[in-house]
Amino acid sequence: MAVCVAVIAKENYPLYIRSVPTQNELKFHYTVHTSLDVVEEKVSAVGKALADQRELYLGLLYPTEDYKVYGYVTNSKVKFVIVVDSSNTSLRDNEIRSMFRKLHNSFTDVMCNPFYNPGDAIQSRAFDSVVSGMMVQAC
Amino acid sequence: MEAHDEKPIIYTMENKPIVTCAGDQALFTSLYNALAQQLPREPMEWRRSYGRAPKMIHLEANFVQFKEELLPREGNKALLTFPFLHIYWTDCCDTEVYKASVKDDMLRWQSTLRHHGTQDWLIVVVETDGKKKNKTNLLPRTSIMDKIRNDFCNKQSDRCVALADPLKDSSRSQESWSSFLTKLRTLLLMSFTKNLGRFEDDMRTMREKRTEPGWSFCDYFMVQEELAFVFEMLQQFEDALVQYDELDALFTQYVLNFGAGDGANWLGSFCQPVRSWNGLVLRRPIDMEKRELIQCRDASLLDLRSYLFSRQCTLLIFLQRPWEVTQRALELLHNCVQELRLLEVSVLQGALDCWVFLSCLEVLHRIEGCCDRAQLEANFSHTVGLWTYATEKLKSLGELCGLVSEKGPDSEDLNRTVDLLAGLGTERPETGEKSSSPYKKLKEALSSVEAFEKHYLVCGEPQSAALFLQDSLKSYVAEGWTLQITHTRKQVADCQKQLGQTEDYLQTSALLASDANLTDEERKHFCQEILAFASQTSSGQAQKAALSMSAFAQLRELRFRPATAVLHVGSALQLELCLCSLMPVPVHLEQLSASVLFTMEQPGQKIPYGSLQLPSLGLASAPPTLELSEIQDRSPSDNALNSTGVVCKNVHLLLRRQDSSTSMEMPGAGSASAAAVAMEDGMQQLKTLDVTLLPGNNIVHFTAPVTGTYTLRQLCATVGRVQFLLPHIYPVVQYEVYSQEPQLTIEPLSENLLAGLPQKVKFSIVTGHYTLKKGEALQLSNTESMPILHTHTCSAQILSSTGGENTLSIHSSEKVTSISLPPTLPYHTLLFHLEVLCHIPTSPARPESERLTNGEVRYRTKSHVCHNSGMASVDQKVSVDCPWSIYSTLISLTFYIPFKAKYSLLSAGKRKYIQVFLQNVSETNFRLDNQSLTQRQPTPTLELSFFNMCKKCGFLCVKWKTDPPACLQFSFSASFAPSDVPGAELKPYVYDFQLERVAEIRPGSGEQHCRTGALCGLEVSITRLTEPSDAERDDEETTETEGLRTTKLMYEVVDNSSNWAVCGKSSGLVSMPVAASATHKVQMELMPLFAGHLPFPSIKVLKYLPHNATPAIQPDTDSCLENDNLSLLDKGLDDQADTASLRSRGSVHSLGSCDQPQQPAPRVLPMPRLEPFAPGQVFNCSRGRQVLVLPAADDHILEVNAT
Repeated sequence: MAVCVAVIAKENYPLYIRSVPTQNELKFHYTVHTSLDVVEEKVSAVGKALADQRELYLGLLYPTEDYKVYGYVTNSKVKFVIVVDSSNTSLRDNEIRSMFRKLHNSFTDVMCNPFYNPGDAIQSRAFDSVVSGMMVQAC
Repeated sequence: MEAHDEKPIIYTMENKPIVTCAGDQALFTSLYNALAQQLPREPMEWRRSYGRAPKMIHLEANFVQFKEELLPREGNKALLTFPFLHIYWTDCCDTEVYKASVKDDMLRWQSTLRHHGTQDWLIVVVETDGKKKNKTNLLPRTSIMDKIRNDFCNKQSDRCVALADPLKDSSRSQESWSSFLTKLRTLLLMSFTKNLGRFEDDMRTMREKRTEPGWSFCDYFMVQEELAFVFEMLQQFEDALVQYDELDALFTQYVLNFGAGDGANWLGSFCQPVRSWNGLVLRRPIDMEKRELIQCRDASLLDLRSYLFSRQCTLLIFLQRPWEVTQRALELLHNCVQELRLLEVSVLQGALDCWVFLSCLEVLHRIEGCCDRAQLEANFSHTVGLWTYATEKLKSLGELCGLVSEKGPDSEDLNRTVDLLAGLGTERPETGEKSSSPYKKLKEALSSVEAFEKHYLVCGEPQSAALFLQDSLKSYVAEGWTLQITHTRKQVADCQKQLGQTEDYLQTSALLASDANLTDEERKHFCQEILAFASQTSSGQAQKAALSMSAFAQLRELRFRPATAVLHVGSALQLELCLCSLMPVPVHLEQLSASVLFTMEQPGQKIPYGSLQLPSLGLASAPPTLELSEIQDRSPSDNALNSTGVVCKNVHLLLRRQDSSTSMEMPGAGSASAAAVAMEDGMQQLKTLDVTLLPGNNIVHFTAPVTGTYTLRQLCATVGRVQFLLPHIYPVVQYEVYSQEPQLTIEPLSENLLAGLPQKVKFSIVTGHYTLKKGEALQLSNTESMPILHTHTCSAQILSSTGGENTLSIHSSEKVTSISLPPTLPYHTLLFHLEVLCHIPTSPARPESERLTNGEVRYRTKSHVCHNSGMASVDQKVSVDCPWSIYSTLISLTFYIPFKAKYSLLSAGKRKYIQVFLQNVSETNFRLDNQSLTQRQPTPTLELSFFNMCKKCGFLCVKWKTDPPACLQFSFSASFAPSDVPGAELKPYVYDFQLERVAEIRPGSGEQHCRTGALCGLEVSITRLTEPSDAERDDEETTETEGLRTTKLMYEVVDNSSNWAVCGKSSGLVSMPVAASATHKVQMELMPLFAGHLPFPSIKVLKYLPHNATPAIQPDTDSCLENDNLSLLDKGLDDQADTASLRSRGSVHSLGSCDQPQQPAPRVLPMPRLEPFAPGQVFNCSRGRQVLVLPAADDHILEVNAT
């Protein structure tokens, strides 16, 4: 279902980015990078409206002809970006939300690992398999 | 079949709900203006069905004359033309007239309405005063109303309204108007509710049938749009938009279902190939052409979508939500592309791009048309997506039509272009006048390469593109997006190549060649670019290109051998660098040089174990590692631990605000131009020639030669014209090459050297940088006091890895002893032992001052009392001429004299006794022999007889009877040998001493007999016997008083045995003139306490030195004594002193070196000092003499004292 899953640090450098191997990786990197602007915009807009921000899911960030980019921001301003194929019309908002929730849980596990240095690229195998699960499911 | 067939209705927002008017047309015409004006003036609440929120609406109406044709026939769903209310106007007030004509007319009107099933009607009776006045006799007006109500409104009395004096400006008329308008509005709304409700019900029913085979979306579309129109007409844009959104959603669902395999028949018409791609049209409120296409079920998907969007856009703009338009537009465009794909509609390649491009621009134009500039600028974020999309599409069109290829479009491309242009159709009339319409733009852009470039400027000029690319590259680098970095760098490289920025291009190439994200071929290509440039034969103007090394290779490890990185000149320091080449191919370096900077300060930090692992610079900007160190705070008094902790040294790096400065800049990772690399000048270089760096780790060796402490600063790899430079090596790495001067040290082998015995001393020569060649020798100048013994051959040892013993040959001539040294390599130590003997100087307790024969340098062998052992010591200087120096080395050895000799003069009556003590102060046991005391110059008046020889160490010797001469010289000699060495040679020990008389003290001739208890006088006369020599006069404390030079003496009368009581002053100062036989007499009074022969009270004489006495160059006590001696010696003695001191002259060095007292001069307090004379210097004539004291005359007790 997802064609690209990315975890972006608070400082906007990638902690984890993985895309389906069949397609141009660079394009996804560009897509994810571009979507960060929208994330920022949305976060700052929300920040103004609500001091206590509860909703982490940002919704559709940035549709392109071929892909839909969804965003999610943790309370520590780590961003999750999921890119799905536009042609995949069976995906609803709820499913995207649940994907993000799963991703967040797995990310929390990674952060809880005492051997993980926050800010380093994520190399956890468990996290990888969760992401793989998201990417495989639809394909 | 449509109501508007004959009279086309222009669908504009001027549409109003239709209200028909029947009856008196003239009456209505007179009221029309007022009515049309007043109807919308007040809002009315509209309660809605299906739980929709009530709304306040301003009602307007289009009043038309009643015709039967206006009434909708059965099955007609048109709502716009639907007459919502029918009004019958009459001003009849005459019953007759009413009955005759009006009633019939009304009946007919009613039946027509009923026939069409309409119940929305109203009869208005207008009452005018004018008419009433004329017919006052007639029935009251109510009767007409009543009649009408009776006739028509059986149960709906509210359907008949009276309007009183509508054209008059009276309060009654106003009241009547307002109640009429309220009625009218209420009825209109009732009609809306009823009719729209019915319509909606029908519509819903129709929608429910959508699964039936014959159902057509287009038909349904037209129906629901009708509703939307009505809402729009009622200014309920929100509701209107909802209708379109529902249609949109419905259609989308169908398409999705189609994709899921559930295709509806009616979708077939939308699957026809796309023939026209002329984009959205948003200028007109309603695009009738497209609407008709839909109506005829002839619309393509793009037509439907275009139409739907144009309606949504119109409504959104009415709702003043232009930004939603842009957002929806982007969604729509994406969606359309997807839907066409999903429905497998055949589209000419590029057609969609045209459509999207045109649509984007159309939307943007539309938005620009309804917003001012400020609004637009504030909302760029909403339009940027469309712009980007349009750009993308134009770019792909350009590619498709061969407009961006270097060769220009070929025939195939041109054909394609023509096809695409055909699909654009003709330009719409409403945008035709504008020169910047999207249509024209696209047409122009596609027509020629130049025009295309004009329209598609983003990457047109490399100059500007490079700037943009550098900017984005910077942000990618800052955020560590490696793929983007690589890609952007490739573009940058292109630009730089085109712009001819050679150095920058090479730097970028180096970065790309080392980029793991690229394929091997690409990396090799870029590497080749560098190597190609490097191998170009440099023409005159071409300089070397200096590039940052970070892209080329990384310094991974640095290792010194030996690990201390401190070494002496001549030995080899190996500097081992581990360079990780990032190039994909082996690179041959002509030279690899490390610049080192001479550092003055001492090396601050040493690399542990001589090697240093350098962190490889990853692309991900990892935060710097913690540098922690432990601190302990101890209290200064007892060193107890107060606190301990851990301190982070690089807090400033770690605790930066990371929000504001998001990136940690990496060296050299930025653009090539940003990191300017420059060779630092004036540094020494370690070089290695001809190195081939293979991809991966390479180990390169350097050797460091020159003396000094050096810091590694730069690393530079040269490949032809290209230099790769590592501008800084961090952390600071230093090595030290030192040069050591050769050094000779001579030190005793045992703890103390004893004078008088052969002693071994150790010579050690540290060769330093000097090579001892064969035949080179140490020249030791011989001294008489310390001959060098070379009885047995001694051997030298060279301390080195090889070791070895070499024999030394020692040659002695009169003046020098030369020790020829074995050849020794630099930085080795040569050791050998030598036996020396230091003669014991005579009378060490009275060392002599001496002038050297050359008269210049005053120098003497020092003897002083060693503090710890109580031994007197002799400092023996040895002058050594070393082969490596033209200067002599002066080495001082301290010998300790194992004996201490001392004499004392004792008196017994007229006899004098000399006692000589000889004390062994060393730890060695000695045996003594041949002790003797001799007078060096026999004096006939003296009878000398040995008395007693104490076997310990002390001796008692004899004395004379008569008055002695002023000076007597004695020599005590003995032989000694260490007692633990049997058969050891006896060494002589001579102790010379002299007795001198400086002053004489004799009691005056007072009363011959003293009596106990009676005062008697004592005259003390002090006589100077000798005159101080001129040379010592300065030292002697003299004071000028009335032209007479005097020295001060202090006398003191002390009676230890309580024989005498001193009355008055017992002590005082006398000034002695500086002249021989100057006598000073002092009178004092004493009282004898006993009777009998009492010895004279002893009189002490001390030198009195006032406090101002030469504090600056205060000589030590030894020299004081000596000065006195000299000053008091007479001429004859002076000579003898000379000879006596000759013995020690050998020890005196002729070489220029200042004699420094080994003990610091005692700090002189600003107080007068008293100084005793040396033993024998003062001759006390009264010593040993007695005076008879008679007992007091009236004493009854006879005291007998035996002394």
